[in-house]
Amino acid sequence: MNGKSVAAVEADSIARAFGARRAVDGVSLRVHAGETLALFGPNGAGKTTLLRLLGGLIRPTGGNASIGGQKVPGGPEMRRQIGVISHRTLLYDALTPRENVEFFARLYGVASPREAAVRSLEQMGIADRADAPVRSLSRGMKQRVSIARATVHNPKVVLADEPFTGLDVSGARALSRLLGDLRESGAALLLVTHNIDEGLSLATHAAIMHQGRLIRSGERASIVASEYANEYRDLVAAGE
Amino acid sequence: MKPTPLTIAAGVGVVVTYIRAIFFTPTEAVQGPAQKIFYVHAPAAWVAFLAFGLVGLASVLYLWLREERLDRIAESSAEVGLMFTTVVLITGPLWGKPIWGTYWTWDARLTLTLFLWFIFVAYIVLRGAIDEREMRARYCAVLGILGALLVPFIHLSVYLFRTLHPKPILMKPDAPSLPTEMLTTVLLAFAAFTLLYVALLRVRYRYAVDRDALLAESSNAR
Amino acid sequence: MNSVIGDALLVAKKDLMIEFRTRSAFLSVVVFALLGIVIFYFAWDSTAVAASDLAPGVLWVIFTFSGLLGLHRSFGVEHAEGAIDGLLASPVSREAIFLGKAGANLVFVLAVQAIAIPAVSLFYNLPLGGVALPLAGIAILAAIGLVAVGTLFSAMAANTRLSELLLPMLSLPFFVPIVIPAAQATAKLLSGRPVVDALAWLKLLLAFDLVFVFACMLAYPFTLEE
Repeated sequence: MNGKSVAAVEADSIARAFGARRAVDGVSLRVHAGETLALFGPNGAGKTTLLRLLGGLIRPTGGNASIGGQKVPGGPEMRRQIGVISHRTLLYDALTPRENVEFFARLYGVASPREAAVRSLEQMGIADRADAPVRSLSRGMKQRVSIARATVHNPKVVLADEPFTGLDVSGARALSRLLGDLRESGAALLLVTHNIDEGLSLATHAAIMHQGRLIRSGERASIVASEYANEYRDLVAAGE
Repeated sequence: MKPTPLTIAAGVGVVVTYIRAIFFTPTEAVQGPAQKIFYVHAPAAWVAFLAFGLVGLASVLYLWLREERLDRIAESSAEVGLMFTTVVLITGPLWGKPIWGTYWTWDARLTLTLFLWFIFVAYIVLRGAIDEREMRARYCAVLGILGALLVPFIHLSVYLFRTLHPKPILMKPDAPSLPTEMLTTVLLAFAAFTLLYVALLRVRYRYAVDRDALLAESSNAR
Repeated sequence: MNSVIGDALLVAKKDLMIEFRTRSAFLSVVVFALLGIVIFYFAWDSTAVAASDLAPGVLWVIFTFSGLLGLHRSFGVEHAEGAIDGLLASPVSREAIFLGKAGANLVFVLAVQAIAIPAVSLFYNLPLGGVALPLAGIAILAAIGLVAVGTLFSAMAANTRLSELLLPMLSLPFFVPIVIPAAQATAKLLSGRPVVDALAWLKLLLAFDLVFVFACMLAYPFTLEE
């Protein structure tokens, strides 16, 4: 189907236990360049832990994962391919958006960090507030800056943990557009979201996670939005 | 909680040592009966440093091997060590007052023991401040290792401080050459205290094992 | 590809930019130091103890406590919005993060000292002109040791409960082998002795710095969730 031998994101029975609790319990998946995997699941299913594993923030206690063929967690080469978006902004409140994004551009070794930062902010439609301290921005604007921060180095893989949180309609539209652009440019995207419609409209593949395992996964084309939505709602209802 | 053979042996050892120390060992000429505190003070100091060393060793091994048991050993040794260190710091002034006329002198060894006490306390407080088991073990291991690194620097600082400063005018009894009976009692005391340390360590370790097992059960039941 | 030093400088610059932007932490610590110096002056009988005898002690005690205050905020900025995750996901090495933060703390502590030392000279009527250079050397050596240990412990304390209490509890025993040599060496200098007399103390300080900068840098990755 895709012809690419090396998946952009690959996990092979990856697992992570915290003491006796198995947060991620043997997850295998493959996301190729240009694909978007939307990951749904109730709270506590292990989605955030899975993303942290794939982003190299924590070590697996079982199985393994790789990004672009490079083992995770790995060195700078592996990390340079990843952009991380979270529901927290991961920003420095006292600095301006420009300073925040430029700092990360430099960390990732981006050429002409200053210009790259401006470009990134423009893409998210926040360039006009580039020089006000982040603290003074609204939640939605902060999230846009955070996404600019995460994508300034043109990552091949974007791990997004509920990025639509706090975005208003225009912000969500800007994000969808950006994520679409990223996909066009060949990035692989792993998107955790509670918003089923939003997630499925962007996704090429979808999966449901529950108690550390993937209980459903497949290409979006073969899944009707409502079927996933029902399964997901049942799961959430059962858990509460 | 039923006493194990080791605990009984340790208890007997301590009692026997002190009967001997009080009734069957000659009283030191210069210091009088107060000198007998030495039979508690010195062995307790030895155990305090032994316990500290074990915490340091277990900490290094834990960071290398990530074996839970090592963390429990460190935890137990720290608490038992704190006990013995407190004994040293109490018996020191009790001995000092009748002998030197003052409760506290900044004697090099006593000062070092005081810092041991501070580090033990910091270690135990750090333990109490972290709920997550793996993080707690890791953080305490780091403190255990850094604490061990600190000891030579404290020692050097205090030693330099004392050699470069005029000593206060005191009768200072350094370790006198001991007649045979006293030497035997001292050695007996060291052996008894070491046995006591090991016994208490095992009791405390057992408690840690049981407590962790209970915690694991209750978190699985959820 | 960035080097460890290059990355550390980036992190340090970022921290100092944040500090400069808000400035309130710096001002609070400076005021704390000045108040402490003044209070000590009123707490002692100037006819019984000469200023030059008291000053070294005051200087280095204030140094430790104001240092603690300054260190506390070092990792707060990283946890406020989860920025530490952004740092950890980036290609920057953990050692570079530690060195960068320690470096920023070093600048902070030295900046406070640059005000506190002249303040002591002023309030205690102690002309420090002649010994300014050696005194600056002692301050730098002492500050390096302080920030090495303090940065590590503030990283740890930030992740625990009781973080404000825990930081002094963990750090102060480690500050003692810094304060004793610093105060003793300062006393020697102030009583007009040549620098050579204080050499033993300076060597001890240097040894402490070498051991603990290295040890704390190696220990830092262990304080991160992995």
